[in-house]
Amino acid sequence: MKICVLVKEVPDAAVEKRINPGTGRLDRSGEKNLNPFDTHAIEAAMQLKEGGVIEVDEVVAVTMGPETAVRALHKAVSLGADRSLHLTDDALAGSDVNGTGYALARALESEVPDLVLLGQQSDDGECYTIGAVLADHLRMPSLTQVIKIDVEDGALRCERQAEYGYDTVLVELPAVISVGDAINEPRYPSLKAIMGAKKKPLDTKSIGDVGIEAERVGYDNARAHCADFKAPSAKEPGRIIEDEDTGKTVEQIVAWLDERKLLA
Amino acid sequence: MSAILVYALHYDGAFNKNSLGAVSEGSRLAEELGSECHAVVVGDKAGLPDELCASLGRYGARRVFRVEGPEGLAQPVVDAMARVIGEQGHGYALFGGGLLGFEIGAGLTARLDAGVCMEVTSVRVEDGKLVSERPILGDSSVSDVHYRAGVGVIIGRLNAFEVTESGDQDAVVEDVALEFEPHSLRAKMVSRGEQRGADVNIEDAKVLIAGGRGLGKAEGFQALEDLAGAFGGAVAATRAVVDAGWYSYSAQIGQTGKTVAPKLYLAAGISGAIQHKVGMQGSENIVAINKDANAPIFEFSDLGIVGDLNKIVPKLTEAVKARKGG
Repeated sequence: MKICVLVKEVPDAAVEKRINPGTGRLDRSGEKNLNPFDTHAIEAAMQLKEGGVIEVDEVVAVTMGPETAVRALHKAVSLGADRSLHLTDDALAGSDVNGTGYALARALESEVPDLVLLGQQSDDGECYTIGAVLADHLRMPSLTQVIKIDVEDGALRCERQAEYGYDTVLVELPAVISVGDAINEPRYPSLKAIMGAKKKPLDTKSIGDVGIEAERVGYDNARAHCADFKAPSAKEPGRIIEDEDTGKTVEQIVAWLDERKLLA
Repeated sequence: MSAILVYALHYDGAFNKNSLGAVSEGSRLAEELGSECHAVVVGDKAGLPDELCASLGRYGARRVFRVEGPEGLAQPVVDAMARVIGEQGHGYALFGGGLLGFEIGAGLTARLDAGVCMEVTSVRVEDGKLVSERPILGDSSVSDVHYRAGVGVIIGRLNAFEVTESGDQDAVVEDVALEFEPHSLRAKMVSRGEQRGADVNIEDAKVLIAGGRGLGKAEGFQALEDLAGAFGGAVAATRAVVDAGWYSYSAQIGQTGKTVAPKLYLAAGISGAIQHKVGMQGSENIVAINKDANAPIFEFSDLGIVGDLNKIVPKLTEAVKARKGG
């Protein structure tokens, strides 16, 4: 079986993210990293491969993004992916969820995966939706926020928390599964794996290579546009106490609670 | 004018509160647009009697399209909504907050080549069109989202839309026969709505002591139980620790959990992810203890303590006990 794991390069958690007011798009300059949620998807792929219940021939990391996004692929390979696919084309810049899902679906079709794995969300866009968009394009069954995967008779027995408690769903392959961050504790890459990552095969594809119609992607063809960014109506910033002397800190907390009659 | 189609999620004989909020919001917007709000329901016919479906009229839905199909899964609903929109020409699809709404809205976006905006906190009419407002970048900014072509898909944030009863008129219930797409039937519900852990009541508590991953281990909840005991309150938890099996699902706050608004909410070792925030931001007083000074929870807490909860919580318990006893 072939597993494709979708990964994304996002601004590092320590970088303050901001919108470029000129373009209405996220300013993606500054330090970048592999989307932390994606490491859970890679780990899930590796556990399926190492679990031995189902034979996994290869794990392919797939991304869409500018030239720099190869770093996310290198990271994914250092965490265990066998090779990677980079969909990159100027025509894709500024695609919305609809366009991104369509483009990634075309790229994935060229791989014919048995399983597509994703993280639950990207750290920058916070859209939670690409998995379900992809599944509809690929006409595969799909589930998001999955926190346990077991192979059962060639299908995947998945658990997740939904509106009314925990659901168990049997998903036939091929399928698109987005995993929640509670599914596993991702491993750290070994130094050897980090050094070797750049030597693993990496395919670069443009939109023409995978049959993406230019008029369905990119900012100008987006079905939804963000605009008019403003600050939220934030509440007054609260008081902050740095705990240096815990006895004193507790006194301050108690006084604060008292003022608000919360100890009555 | 563009009619609005809402997915109404039901379970155990009742509609989901967020779905009722979406129907209420859809009706308000449709009236402003000079159109109508309709709803789609999908499930076993036995669980969707006429009276239940028609009751959506009280929240403003004029027509309810009832489709017999599997429950609790998104893709059959995508098929149902795509069919209804294809036949009736709705301009917008609207979803209340919740997991299924995200999945259905996303699938529908692909199916209809639509525009989508998720985590929507409010919707308004501008020049005869709907404009969604969504917080972005960890809620540090709010953006307007304009739908430029085709159907507009609006996926609300949890609790974003208020439930409003606007009348006592029944909605007209219409059955839609549908052959589902093959892929929509290739995921099957094995068991639904399993309650993990003890059944605890947190909704009536005036004081909630909530724990997150920062507790380090399941045993960390003992200290919170003690503090809650001193206050005469209850203990709540984040999704991360419930998924990890540290605490009961029935005590979970936020997306796919409970929404609470106690007099005091004390968050220990909780970073303050948006999925948690949406379930507790209505609390009167929010106190946060976290060792990470950059944790987002400090952005919306009234009192933030940067420090080690293992040191602070036991001492605070003693102090509260002393005060309450004295």
